[in-house]
Amino acid sequence: MLFSLSSLAENSMSLDEFFYQNQKIYVVVAILLIIFLLIVGYLIRLDRKISKLEKNQNEA
Amino acid sequence: MPAPDDIGILAKTIRNLYYHVPMWFTMIILLTTSYVYSIKYLSKGDLRLDNLSGSFIKVSMVFGLMGLVTGSFWARFTWGTWWVEDAKLNGAAIGMLIYLAYYILRNSLEDDVQRAKISAVYNLFAFPIYIVLIIIYPRMAETSLHPASGDTIGFSSLDLDNNLRKVFYLASIGWILLGVWIATLKYRLTEIKRKYEEI
Repeated sequence: MLFSLSSLAENSMSLDEFFYQNQKIYVVVAILLIIFLLIVGYLIRLDRKISKLEKNQNEA
Repeated sequence: MPAPDDIGILAKTIRNLYYHVPMWFTMIILLTTSYVYSIKYLSKGDLRLDNLSGSFIKVSMVFGLMGLVTGSFWARFTWGTWWVEDAKLNGAAIGMLIYLAYYILRNSLEDDVQRAKISAVYNLFAFPIYIVLIIIYPRMAETSLHPASGDTIGFSSLDLDNNLRKVFYLASIGWILLGVWIATLKYRLTEIKRKYEEI
C-alpha cells in the first residue's frame, strides 16, 4: 500500500499502466486525439494552400 | 454513449468502433466516388472530372491513414502489439501503398491532359485491386486477429441489445459527410488553382 502510494506520488506510472486503468477508457481518448490532430493537420495544409493562392492573386 | 463494457480484452475500447471503422467506410465511399469520376473522365475528357477524382483520392488517403493509425493504437492496448502479420493489416498497408504510388505518379507528370489520362487509367485498375486487398483477401485468410476477417466474428454478433448500432450508424453517416465535404473543399481549391494557372 505504502509502495503504490509512493510510486503514484513520484508519478512513475508506465504507459501501459496508464492506458490499462479504468477499463482502458483512455485508449478511446487517445484515438479521438489522433483523429482530431490528423484532421486539423490536413485542414491547416489546405489553409496554407489557400493563402498561397490569395497571395498569388494579389500580386497579379 | 451507450455501449457494452465487458467484451473481453476490449473493455471500454469497444467505443473505438465509432471512430476506427467509419474511417474506413469514409475512405471506401470517397474511393468509389473517385472511381466513378475516373470512368466519367475517360468517356468525356473534362479536366474537372479528373480533378474531382484526384481530390477524392487524396482526401480518402487521409482517412485511410487515420484508420491505420487508430487501428494500430487500438491493437497495442488490446492485442498487445502495434502490428501483427495479419491478412487484414498487411492488406490495408499494401493497398495504401498503391495509392501512394498514384499520388507520386500524379505529381510527377507536368502536362494536364497526360496526367489526367494516366491517373484515370491507373485508378481504373488500382481500385478493384485495393478492394480485393482490404476486404476480400482478409475474408479468405484462414486465421486473423481482426474482427470479421478470416475465422473471426464481427462486432455485430456481440451487440446483443443493439446499443452499438444506434451510435455506430449515426457516426458513420457523420464521418462520411465530413469526408465528402473536405474532399469537395480540396476539389474547389485545386480547381481555382488550375484555372488560375491556365490564364
